[in-house]
Amino acid sequence: MAKKFMYMNTKAPYGSIYALESLEVVLIGAAFEQDVSLAFIDDGVYQLTKGQSTDGIGMKNFSPTYSALGDYDVNKIYVEKESLEERGLSLDDLQHLTWEDEDEDWAEKDSIRLVSRAELADVIDDQDVVLSF
Amino acid sequence: MKFSIQINEGPYQHQAADSAYQFAKASLAKGHEIFRVFFYHDGVNNATRLAVPPQDDRNITQQWTELQKEHNLDLVVCIAAAQRRGLMDEDEAKRQGKDANNIAEGFRISGLGQLIEAGIESDRLVTFGA
Repeated sequence: MAKKFMYMNTKAPYGSIYALESLEVVLIGAAFEQDVSLAFIDDGVYQLTKGQSTDGIGMKNFSPTYSALGDYDVNKIYVEKESLEERGLSLDDLQHLTWEDEDEDWAEKDSIRLVSRAELADVIDDQDVVLSF
Repeated sequence: MKFSIQINEGPYQHQAADSAYQFAKASLAKGHEIFRVFFYHDGVNNATRLAVPPQDDRNITQQWTELQKEHNLDLVVCIAAAQRRGLMDEDEAKRQGKDANNIAEGFRISGLGQLIEAGIESDRLVTFGA
């Protein structure tokens, strides 16, 4: 039976390697056919911002990878509302992540679910394995 | 209970590696099973046999090697994280054309799938650091 895996992303994308190496686990983990969710909280919400450019810091811009997650059946992406607000961000500042629903003639659906801190706590409570990055 | 352990920080810099070792030792002493210990992020640095800590301090890598021998632990170093940070075993050094290897006895290098499998197979996956 599939377990519920949640990848909890808490850090900004380039200040440390956690965001990139979290993404690497998610992509490998997708092959294991588990029930996968991603959560973005605290500075982790910056990972999903659109229009990232790393030209000035000499690092690889890995943000386009997030838009491929839908193709890996990773389509439950929880973003914490309070974390966005505390940083003056809104959903409009984030990439529009989608997936195609095989059961509904490949209809395109949003992957991002905006949740409150309290709602996210319930989602976390429901998981079998939580990996924090 | 069947535990797996994920270690995300390197030795000495951060207590995570020590805490993980103490947790593993205490779990085994209480009769629990350790399915796997997975070293990720800077945690891969726990596996270098070339570290020489002061003699009056603990040798974290040596501690793992001894615990591995005693309990036949599966100590897995993430290959993707290890390659970035210059950790390699003999095979990998040959494959990459490097002139040295540095993985300590008792550790093995493998892929991230081993971490996911640990999450699936264990009752609890306990992470240290990050």
